[in-house]
Amino acid sequence: MIAALAFYVFAAILIASAVMVVTSRNPVHSVLFLILAFFNAAALFLLAGAEFLAMILVIVYVGAVAVLFLFVVMMLDIDFARLREGFQRYLPIGGIIGGILFLELLFVFGSWQFADDAEGLRLNAVPADPGLTNTQAIGRILYTDYVFLFQASGLILLVAMIGAIVLTLREKRTDSRRQNIAVQVARTEAVSMQNVPPRQGLGTLGIIRRPLPAPPKPKAVAHDDHGHGGHH
Amino acid sequence: MTTTGMGDTTEMLTIGLAHYLTVSAILFVLGVLGIFLNRKNIIVILMSVELILLSVNLNFVAFSATLQDLTGQIFAMFVLTVAAAEAAIGLAILVIYFRNRGSIEVDNVSTLKG
Repeated sequence: MIAALAFYVFAAILIASAVMVVTSRNPVHSVLFLILAFFNAAALFLLAGAEFLAMILVIVYVGAVAVLFLFVVMMLDIDFARLREGFQRYLPIGGIIGGILFLELLFVFGSWQFADDAEGLRLNAVPADPGLTNTQAIGRILYTDYVFLFQASGLILLVAMIGAIVLTLREKRTDSRRQNIAVQVARTEAVSMQNVPPRQGLGTLGIIRRPLPAPPKPKAVAHDDHGHGGHH
Repeated sequence: MTTTGMGDTTEMLTIGLAHYLTVSAILFVLGVLGIFLNRKNIIVILMSVELILLSVNLNFVAFSATLQDLTGQIFAMFVLTVAAAEAAIGLAILVIYFRNRGSIEVDNVSTLKG
């Protein structure tokens, strides 16, 4: 009775906050409603008995993902009014497609029937031991049967982390040497003919090294030096 | 447990699989609707994707609880992992897009400048 009531309350708040996420004018409000939706979804997970996932949802989604969204929304200076221009225009088509999708989902799951041997086909039945918590039961199969998937998900997170860093890293260091293609192409003294006396070769002359080109002048000076740079 | 469908839940006060599936379907449709409504605002699009993945997780957990099978919860965890990675990468792309263009309108992403 209490559980049913709690389910309805949490589900109602979840759906209402999801509506607000989609239709809110200010994306900051959207993110805050998204956090509310995650909390209520975690409550629904708790009601379904998935305690570990509920806590993970609160920690990972609310603590990391939603806060990341909040950071980005507040960091970028965006004219949000312009972004809502097509809202009214896309409402009918979006509503139609959403309605069709909802009807299809109802058709698919409304007539859902488990197979007669569904209980026998379970891969990892919940252990009957009442002293075993949900977290322990998940840990027992996650680190044994699904350890490769577990490590693969860790790899995915690593790639995501490196990718995010590489994408957003702005190179500010000046002591790193990078390839300057224009200078490299414009360089002419790199390939040159040398008149080596016969029967001596490079062995006696030593390795001929051209003197390194003068370091590039500062840009303020380079402007009145038209004979040097080809990039004007 | 074998015939827990949506049609035979006349009892309102026993929460079964059908209730969870209905909530999840509504959440999924709201996510899809959000993608359609906010076609210019990629932040809200990413949030809608998060909503869709949340509804998928809800489905996994509902079936897992009904069948008393832990596999659904394991896979919900993997979905969560991928969702977190996707959010991180998506927001990083969003940040560099904003840095390059000064706006996040995704209508004219197709006009490449190279």
